[in-house]
Amino acid sequence: MKIMRSALGRARGMGAAKAGVHHWWAQRLTALALLPLALYAVLSVLLLKGATQAEMLRYMAEPWNGVLFLALVIALFYHLQLGLQVVIEDYIRSEGKRLTVMLAMRATAGFFGLLAVISVLKLSF
Amino acid sequence: MQDVREALMQGRNSAGGTVRRPLSPHLQVYRPQITSTLSILHRITGVALSAGAILLSLWLAAAATSSGAFSVAQAIVGSVLGMIVLFGFTLALFYHFCNGIRHLLWDAGFGFDLPSVHRSGKAVVLAAAGLTVLAWLIGLVVL
Repeated sequence: MKIMRSALGRARGMGAAKAGVHHWWAQRLTALALLPLALYAVLSVLLLKGATQAEMLRYMAEPWNGVLFLALVIALFYHLQLGLQVVIEDYIRSEGKRLTVMLAMRATAGFFGLLAVISVLKLSF
Repeated sequence: MQDVREALMQGRNSAGGTVRRPLSPHLQVYRPQITSTLSILHRITGVALSAGAILLSLWLAAAATSSGAFSVAQAIVGSVLGMIVLFGFTLALFYHFCNGIRHLLWDAGFGFDLPSVHRSGKAVVLAAAGLTVLAWLIGLVVL
């Protein structure tokens, strides 16, 4: 293939990488938030081992548990969505397929994130 | 040109002709090392834990649905298969947790020289195993 453009010309004008550093920061901040929240989640699951629904309701009715579970679920689904985005970008080369899988992943993460939020709210009130 | 990346793969040889630059060698020619193994494990556990997050939301949804639905969910979690899966998720979570701290420290500029990277890698594996055993001991013996 004969290239009619200089090396500089080829590198120029390809645009920014579309998002700057926001993704990087969001991934780190949610990771930081998830450090204590993950430990809280493990502790909660242990405390709720074999619990009945009544016991679950009593647990979630405590305001701090409701708040911590909401924070956990929101940070968790935001974080996993950012992580899966990078995995998809790395391994799926075809642009059409990449977009399709990306949208399906976002929809799934959004759906189950909302399901968790609504469930926690319903259990808390 | 199918892909913008192709634009960066073109170079000139010493005779002045254009050539497609070689890609880096494929993964399988490298010997697996603690650095690369722990790196891909971080990714694998991340993807697995995403599936775990879906299970967590289904568990919460079962509790919010009815007492019957939640007792079914609790029976699944408490079954032998459920416990094995839960053990796997515990290990994956603590590995991702510990290695995540390692990544955050690197991002903050600490421990990025090779001896430290090797040392922290071993520490992460030991800590993940230790925390998993500790959590299960608390769950099975203390509570």
